[in-house]
Amino acid sequence: MKTDIILAGVGGQGILSIASAIGVAALKKGLHVKQSETHGMSQRGGAVISHLRISDKPIFSDLIAEGNADLILSVEPMEAMRYLPYLSETGYIVTNTAPFINIPEYPAMKTIMGELNKNPRLVAIDADNTATELGSKLSSNMVMLGAASPFLNHIAAEDLEQGIIELFSRKGEDVVNVNLAALRAGKEFAANAIK
Amino acid sequence: MQKVLLGVEAIAQGAIDGGMSGVYAYPGTPSTEITEYIQHSKYAKEKKIHSQWSANEKTAMEAALGMAYAGKRAMTCMKHVGLNVAADNFMNAAVTGVNGGMLVTVADDPSMHSSQNEQDSRYYGRFAQIPILEPSNQQEAYDMAYYGFQLSEQFGVPVMLRVTTRMAHSRAIVNLKETLPENEIKLPTNPSQFVLLPVNARKQYKKLLASQVNFEKASDESSFNQYFDGKDKSIGVIACGIAYNYLMEHFPEGCPFPVVKVSQYPLPRKKITRLSEETESILVLEEGYPIFEELLKGYLEKEKVKGRLDGTLPRDGELNPDLVAKALKLPVKYGLDIPKEVSNRPPALCVGCGHHDVYRALNEAVATFGEGRVFSDIGCYTLGALEPYRAINTCVDMGASITMAKGAADAGLVPALAVIGDSTFTHSGITGLIDAVAEKSPITIIISDNESTSMTGGQESAAKGIIEKVCLAVGVEAEHLHVINPVKKNHDEMVTLIKTELAYQGVSVIVPRRICVQKNRRDIKIRKAQVE
Repeated sequence: MKTDIILAGVGGQGILSIASAIGVAALKKGLHVKQSETHGMSQRGGAVISHLRISDKPIFSDLIAEGNADLILSVEPMEAMRYLPYLSETGYIVTNTAPFINIPEYPAMKTIMGELNKNPRLVAIDADNTATELGSKLSSNMVMLGAASPFLNHIAAEDLEQGIIELFSRKGEDVVNVNLAALRAGKEFAANAIK
Repeated sequence: MQKVLLGVEAIAQGAIDGGMSGVYAYPGTPSTEITEYIQHSKYAKEKKIHSQWSANEKTAMEAALGMAYAGKRAMTCMKHVGLNVAADNFMNAAVTGVNGGMLVTVADDPSMHSSQNEQDSRYYGRFAQIPILEPSNQQEAYDMAYYGFQLSEQFGVPVMLRVTTRMAHSRAIVNLKETLPENEIKLPTNPSQFVLLPVNARKQYKKLLASQVNFEKASDESSFNQYFDGKDKSIGVIACGIAYNYLMEHFPEGCPFPVVKVSQYPLPRKKITRLSEETESILVLEEGYPIFEELLKGYLEKEKVKGRLDGTLPRDGELNPDLVAKALKLPVKYGLDIPKEVSNRPPALCVGCGHHDVYRALNEAVATFGEGRVFSDIGCYTLGALEPYRAINTCVDMGASITMAKGAADAGLVPALAVIGDSTFTHSGITGLIDAVAEKSPITIIISDNESTSMTGGQESAAKGIIEKVCLAVGVEAEHLHVINPVKKNHDEMVTLIKTELAYQGVSVIVPRRICVQKNRRDIKIRKAQVE
């Protein structure tokens, strides 16, 4: 059993902390993990991608082949579409709907949502808004992680909570709690969306 | 013990555990995190393992060779184009040989994610005629750094450890080995080994040539190189480095074709010969240039070899599982097309960055002179070539801004300007400035100083606090050396300053100085953590 995930976003949005939380949880379960990242020039406000692969068997390639991703997890709506060639026939798109506009020719939100909605397996959540309502806009990433949690196969939401506790415990109990709340809110949203 | 490590971090940990006494490097994607990992390692700090950044790759490699001269284990790290800077020392270090183990770790960037070319460092390894290690996964990256020092000491030559972007920046679980002690100081037994006067160099070079057969034997015996037999002899595959993974991705239960996995060079001759004898044709998978494909094919093409040269694989760019599948005529899947509404999102200067202010002023100041006279360099400010500024006309190699501006001015393109960053200035700009001053070339040099090596993540810049002193010391006239704070309210002043200096028929240096916004944020965080 393997899960291939494309993580997408814009440099500086912190997709790597989502990857770390999943990675920590996967390791705790004794699973194999490979995760490739974008460093360097493209990080400066450019489109960034991370390939995250989890399996109970050894993993060879650091990159996911086209048409094979079980999940596109994007923290930005236009970026979710950039990697559609990777999505498998049965794959899900989980995306934040809050746009990150740092280019002049950013498409209209209506156009983006129209394109995204063509995909029957879609979870679209305004994670920035959800996180802000919980009192910490910075936890938007963990809302996204929660929204992706029903699609992670080997990893249960409880495992992710353990991962979050490990990642944030250094920063104190309040930070841990708000991130846990964010995770749960995302998870609940996704559960309702795919009912 | 297990750790989840990036390929580059695995190399760093492997070198520490392998008994390294020092790393010498200049930052460059995708190699930077090797040195950063060692700088942050508690063990390395306790043991006082050297890890401070060097001014450039040449000084780094020379210092590493010095440490290896003294009998200790040293590593130097750089990106592929950095090896061009260090090449003089590199080629000659192969001739002197080493006393303590020396690893030359080079991270190549096929597909040019963060680089100006995709040169393949294995050419340099072959050029210098030393063994090359190329890991296929993170565990091998660790193991190769660990054993690399021993291999280097066994043969008495530097060993190259070559990775590419995907290996450098992908994480996986790595099993660690016991930490080996550092070497004691020990001088070379042959006092003329490192004195490359022709009389000694000839002897040393013959020694290197005589070692070639041993390097090849070591490759044939290395556990990093493997022969896997397969039933289908219609094709034999030579899979180098990370390309082995892209092959095996399609055959998790075993490849039907015979495969030679190559992770140590020179090529393992016995294994390659057997593959050639047992199979009808050969497919070579190389992440980089078709170096060994060309070698095997031969000028007369007597061997049936497929790869990048005959169109079976693309001639340039990095490999991936899809390209390898197509090369083997395996079925491939296709996802959905990218909707046409998706626009490009190129990298851009950060909001609040001082380079914005510099380019706004520069564009206004040079407008009257016409386009095509701004020579620039490697760093964040290279993004000034893109919209909205389109302010610079060249970006070639570290330091080329000042020297190219000088050459253009010599040709009659007056005024000519150079835009260079602080760290690039101390890396390779100073020597060019000396040339310009010596001839009183009519050029205006803008050293856009953000007190940081920013594009690679905000490393300390060797230029910090010394730019004016250096400029004056090499002969820049004090009245044509200016420092200005690049902020909005100084815009008019900066425009006037640039215009005035453009009119001067000699070398002018303007230093707009404001700390990198990212670096500033990180520094505040670090200071806060220290107070707590």
